[in-house]
Amino acid sequence: MSKEGFSISLVNPHAPGLDWIQKIGIAVASLGLLSMVVGATGPANQDPSFYFWTGVFASIVGFLIYIVRTFSGKTESGNNHHIFNSSLMARGVAGWAFGIFLTAFYILLYWGSDSFWNNSGLVSMFHPVSEGLFGFYADKWFLYGFVYTISVLVMGVRAIIKYRHSNYQVIRTCSVMFFQLGFAFLIPMFLKAMSQPEYYFSYFWPLDYDLLWPNSVDGMMNAGTIGLWMLIVSALLTFVVTPILTYFFGKRWYCSWVCGCGGLANTAGDPFRQLSDKSLKAWKVERWMIHSVLLFITLLTILLWVNSYLEGGIFGSVSHELTKAYAFLIGQAFAGVIGVGFYPLLGTRIWCRFGCPMAAYLGLLQKYFSRFRITTNGGQCISCGNCSTYCEMGIDVKSYAQRGENIVRASCVGCGICSTVCPRGVLNLENGPTHTDRENNNPITFGNEGVGLRGFN
Amino acid sequence: MATTKHIVIIGNGIAGITAARHIRKRSDHRITVISAESDHFFSRTVLMYIYMGHMKYEHTKPYEDWFWEKNRIELKRAYVQKVNPDSHSIELDDGSSMNYDELIIATGSKPNKFGWKGQELKGVQGLYGLQDLELMEESTKGISKAVVVGGGLIGIEMAEMLRSRGFEVTMLVRETSFWNTVLPKEESELINRHIRSHKVDLRLATELDEILGDENGKVRAVRTRSGEEIPCQFVGLTVGVSPNVSFMKDAGIDIDKGILVDGELRTNVPNIYALGDCAQLRNPKPNRKPIEAVWYAGKMMGETVAATICGQPTDYDPGIWFNSAKFFDIEYQTYGTVLPELKENEDSILWDGNDGKRCLRIVFDRNSKAVLGFNAFGIRLRHEVCDAWIRNGATISEVISNLDKANFDPEFFKKFEKEVQLQTTI
Repeated sequence: MSKEGFSISLVNPHAPGLDWIQKIGIAVASLGLLSMVVGATGPANQDPSFYFWTGVFASIVGFLIYIVRTFSGKTESGNNHHIFNSSLMARGVAGWAFGIFLTAFYILLYWGSDSFWNNSGLVSMFHPVSEGLFGFYADKWFLYGFVYTISVLVMGVRAIIKYRHSNYQVIRTCSVMFFQLGFAFLIPMFLKAMSQPEYYFSYFWPLDYDLLWPNSVDGMMNAGTIGLWMLIVSALLTFVVTPILTYFFGKRWYCSWVCGCGGLANTAGDPFRQLSDKSLKAWKVERWMIHSVLLFITLLTILLWVNSYLEGGIFGSVSHELTKAYAFLIGQAFAGVIGVGFYPLLGTRIWCRFGCPMAAYLGLLQKYFSRFRITTNGGQCISCGNCSTYCEMGIDVKSYAQRGENIVRASCVGCGICSTVCPRGVLNLENGPTHTDRENNNPITFGNEGVGLRGFN
Repeated sequence: MATTKHIVIIGNGIAGITAARHIRKRSDHRITVISAESDHFFSRTVLMYIYMGHMKYEHTKPYEDWFWEKNRIELKRAYVQKVNPDSHSIELDDGSSMNYDELIIATGSKPNKFGWKGQELKGVQGLYGLQDLELMEESTKGISKAVVVGGGLIGIEMAEMLRSRGFEVTMLVRETSFWNTVLPKEESELINRHIRSHKVDLRLATELDEILGDENGKVRAVRTRSGEEIPCQFVGLTVGVSPNVSFMKDAGIDIDKGILVDGELRTNVPNIYALGDCAQLRNPKPNRKPIEAVWYAGKMMGETVAATICGQPTDYDPGIWFNSAKFFDIEYQTYGTVLPELKENEDSILWDGNDGKRCLRIVFDRNSKAVLGFNAFGIRLRHEVCDAWIRNGATISEVISNLDKANFDPEFFKKFEKEVQLQTTI
């Protein structure tokens, strides 16, 4: 039994079974997986990549058949049926197994030796693709980027089908798919192919933590016009574009429309969004952690520039150790291993919520310098808890909604799912006209005129 | 300052809990909340989501468990057997008794049963509380066919719950159209079609005659008034609710259908109040019912009684009526007065989204043109704006031309205002 304990289900409820089309989809996907294993482990003289890529193709097709069939048989009210009876989506055996698999994969990816990876059958499967498209040999990072992008695209199709009744969700999902494919995969790979700095236009400092470090800046300066241009764009994105867009739209313009981490969370991670911790305790931990990371990266970056100015005179070895510590602890262990590996255990967006310094920066802007809020619709809230349950950032949305208060929270990424799952039309993402009525701290819930039009808080 | 009193609240639903919270906000009185149903307050309106696997019981608690101790609200799990107004005490089922200075009765409702033959068979039940949900979980294990009796809000929710498990569902509705005692014809028919699109066998103008059991005392079928037998292994009785007041009978408190209360929610017995579903107003406001068994009324009454008990005697005045529900995929919001049949002096405009899911009705006074009420299906309206329009007597043309101000749909949703405006100018 899970930590949340008491379930009132005395028996495991029987969800409706699979029909034959769903079964065909699962069969095709499973055989595809087997074919991938055969390809990646089979003898090199037997054209293994044929088996591998046939397998990849079959897995995707099979999965899409299953997904299309599953969601076309449901209308919007059925989207979340039996999620908490699911072993995968409610921390059952399948959830734990998948979480451990993912975590172990990330540990191997970050800390397994390059020779282990680059001589592996798996990476060699990607040589034809990387050579064909970009003209260089695949390594583990190419494999990772490819798998990541395919995950966002395939699970993006799933999200679009699932949330097809909501234009906000459909357009937003298309946006993260576009930015992942173009800005976080194709463009950097083409740049690398053209021997230019491998630059990601959709990640900037402080999320791309070493982007504005002296070494990187030197690197860009030395890469000629294109490098200089990248440097200017990087600085503008962090210090000009981000505050302006966040003022008008809240942090969602980045976290839910552009960012690849958010993109993965809202596509591949969508089945796990309900697992985030909503307790007040978790919120306290979150605030300490995320702002500490922002402080760490900011101080570290300043230190590195002072150090560079002093030519390493004072902080030479210390700053080097600190950069290594940041890369290991935050860049790899937190953002990667825990951030994605723990999806099936702690919900999606663990990284975005507890660790991402970009999210912290955007959050401060959102809270103190933005028109964005989630508006509560008068007194219509029935405290059902759907909004809080499905908030991937662990915000207890209903605690505001049931008081008739608007929701202004630094952590809100504006995914809009609270509004989508609300059965009473209570929540709406809005860019308000003025700052003063944004939080609506003295809410009016309707009726109750005997005590004056006052709040329920 | 005022002396500290012991305030005992029977019932931990939205009415009782709102009262407790607001008394705490306003005072240092000792507060005890007694419930036989659950240790903690949960949102009753969402039992269906637990059954359908959208949430677990834990998620339906509006406050975390530490909240009660922190706010010094004592919780007691017990069933109140008797109220003794003379000694200012209540008797509990564990044999103990408790004294009160002020007693608030907020015991809610219980599902109606109209004495049908077979209504006590295994597999036959209503749906109101947590125990009903546990029973339903047990009773629907391994079944394939279910019948829901009644065409109201709980009936359609129960049909949705049962459909989520893939059961065949037949819905028996006495009226000629779903919920047509509340909804005008067009809206009611929209919902009829929507129910059927969810593969529920909706039988209108059909009354239950008898529930038939097998040799083990389990339901095996229902028979309708026309003599048709419908096989099933589960029967949901959702023909409305009544105030849950039976344990109060000998306390000398005036009871009609519910516990009779005055404007300040006081019963005829000093220091005893009643609110929420179990309370019946002696003098309801014009156009309002004496018992309004809805979430919102419970919430407003809770706040009202807290003011009164804490030294600011306050009349219950619920303002402009509003309510909401969801019928499978279709959200429903209503503001003001929309009667199933328009009155003599009333007229309305009706926009139909032609997708079987969206429609909007605005009722107005034929003479003054003042807007009286809204019914919205599949679109979201802004409470604040609709409330102000009705309150201030905005004219129908003013409302139509400013309809975008009331649009609460999410970004990028298909707008309806233009179509409504075009339709009304023709």
